Amino acid sequence: MKGRDLTELAVRNLREAVLRNSLTTLGVAVGVASLVAMLSLGVGLQTLASQRLNKSGLFDAVFVTSRGMRGMGGGPPRQNPVKREDAKPLDQAAREEFEKLPNVTEVYPQIRFFTEVRYAGTSYSTNVLGLPESSRSTGVFDGITGKTFSSPSAEEAILQAEFAKELTPQPSTLIGKELILRYAEKQTSSASDVAKEKDIDKQLDEMMSGGISIVSKEKKLRIAGVIESDPSAGIGGFGGGKVFIPLQVAEQLHVAGPNDVQEFVRAGGSGKPTYMALTVRVKSPKDVTRVEDAIKKMGFSTFSLLDAARGLRLVFTVFDLFLGLFGSLALTVASLGIINTLVMAILERRREIGVLKALGATDGDVRSLFFAEAGAMGFFGGIFGVALGWLIGQALTWGTTIYLRRQDLPGVKISFVPWWLALGAITFAVAVSLIAGLYPAARAARLNPVEALRYE
Amino acid sequence: MPTDQTLIQAEKVSRQYRLGETLIHAVNEVTLDIRAGEFVALLGSSGSGKSTLLNLLAGLDRPTAGAIHVKGRDLAALDSIELARYRRDTVGMVFQSFNLLPRMTLEENVELPLRLAEVERGEREARVAESLERVRLGGRRKHRPTELSGGEQQRGALARALVNRPAILFADEPTGNLDSVNGEQILMLLKEIQGSLGMTIIMVTHERPLAERFANRIVVLSDGRLVGNGAQS
Repeated sequence: MKGRDLTELAVRNLREAVLRNSLTTLGVAVGVASLVAMLSLGVGLQTLASQRLNKSGLFDAVFVTSRGMRGMGGGPPRQNPVKREDAKPLDQAAREEFEKLPNVTEVYPQIRFFTEVRYAGTSYSTNVLGLPESSRSTGVFDGITGKTFSSPSAEEAILQAEFAKELTPQPSTLIGKELILRYAEKQTSSASDVAKEKDIDKQLDEMMSGGISIVSKEKKLRIAGVIESDPSAGIGGFGGGKVFIPLQVAEQLHVAGPNDVQEFVRAGGSGKPTYMALTVRVKSPKDVTRVEDAIKKMGFSTFSLLDAARGLRLVFTVFDLFLGLFGSLALTVASLGIINTLVMAILERRREIGVLKALGATDGDVRSLFFAEAGAMGFFGGIFGVALGWLIGQALTWGTTIYLRRQDLPGVKISFVPWWLALGAITFAVAVSLIAGLYPAARAARLNPVEALRYE
Repeated sequence: MPTDQTLIQAEKVSRQYRLGETLIHAVNEVTLDIRAGEFVALLGSSGSGKSTLLNLLAGLDRPTAGAIHVKGRDLAALDSIELARYRRDTVGMVFQSFNLLPRMTLEENVELPLRLAEVERGEREARVAESLERVRLGGRRKHRPTELSGGEQQRGALARALVNRPAILFADEPTGNLDSVNGEQILMLLKEIQGSLGMTIIMVTHERPLAERFANRIVVLSDGRLVGNGAQS
């Protein structure tokens, strides 16, 4: 018999005993739903964890230091340290080289300085941190009051809520107001610049200070927003900022730091700035290894947290496996329902099987017909089950969101049904149903037509 | 004695059943030749073995001894798939209790052998219509068996048996569940089909008057043995 005829007959037979077959199909659907709900929870939690970790910037970042720097970025100590004079400088040229590497989205230094902030005539000492452009799109500003930076070079600041409360008891009133950043600007000059200096006193001063001048400066910044969480955690650093400004603005400030003299010497008095460390952001964690290798070949030291991410993936794979096993139990029970329904159908349709055989149906035709009926129950049960599982997942997300909102936390999507899960669940349901149909189908095919026709 | 026109040749065919400790000889060394185009009635009392012999000739059952040749092919040598093909392509069957599938309409019942024979959909409709017209049920094609009278159901079963254009039609007590008027109509229809299509018909019955009226030959069985084999005038 042709496949289309077989399917038509199977669906027709299922429609005839509609209540019993619907209940069996519903059993399959409930089994699939429990499987889908469990796995969608696993996938959802994994996605949520991955998103949060990606937002942290720890797993899609490579931390680069010059080989002359020891132990920067927390990497393991090297057995054969490179002599400082042989180390390739981590300067602007190196930064531009990193930016040209495939799958690199951003390269930036960490700029953090302790300084004085003035607001409404009062001075406050605090940590200022430059945030890269990418921080606007990674979701670290979720839950911000006000807005994020209007552009990468906007002279704006975002305040950490705790610090904002020091300025005023009602932080939201700060938005749009101005604050003044007071800082020490570093001005470097090369040996030739020093020689060109006509004022002999200044020349002496600069020579004495190694070609670095420190000038007191002020910068007016508009307060764009106030945020509860620390958006700097992980973005090339490990938190601790209270006032956040665009990285581009922070770089232009040339704030003097405690390592400036060392840095000047490292640059060979050329006046070309070098970086202590650079953070290289890549498109996704899977690009980390390739970019890390490329940077190492260029002569720099690197460090990433990819191994930690691999460990996390292992934990979730085991978690998914257990959820899948528990979910499959319900489907196993449902498969017993299929066996029962089909065995009952054989008893009821004994005479029909005899007629089919008398009309020329082979054992294979009869077997295929019962197989097709089992498969159809699995298929429809699978579709309903996926829909039901998705609904359960939505209900779980909804309930969790309500609970989290009551705890003043943002809602999260804890359940997610990817296409492969939906397709896999339907395929699995059909496969389980076909296995369940093996025995009844074989029994039906074995029936002797004469005995079957005699059956009343 | 087989001739050139012999369609079915049964040689010392036996079929035994074991019922507990007892061995039942349902058919016992029956030798029989049936020519193409003959209308043969298998006559006998209840339990005489006539339905068992019919099932053996129709390929629904296998003999425990002896051989059955149909168109020169030994049915015992066929595997289960070949035997199913024989039933599908060479044989048409009509039963006492009609055996139309109640969940299908009349035309779907008649279409069933064509589905099994994998006949193209376009051709099926015409052949179903032709078959139903032949038994004068063209107007009842959308009805379910429960909506038809006994006579109509048996005519529907006959249409289903004819739709694959078989060489042999086996009828097991086709009038057994019908009143005399409907029974006679069915037999007239069988006679008409034999005449118009040249079909070989083998019918089991226990009604001698009907057999004598419609069959060309009467084969009588008793306790599984062939006790009479005579042509009708």
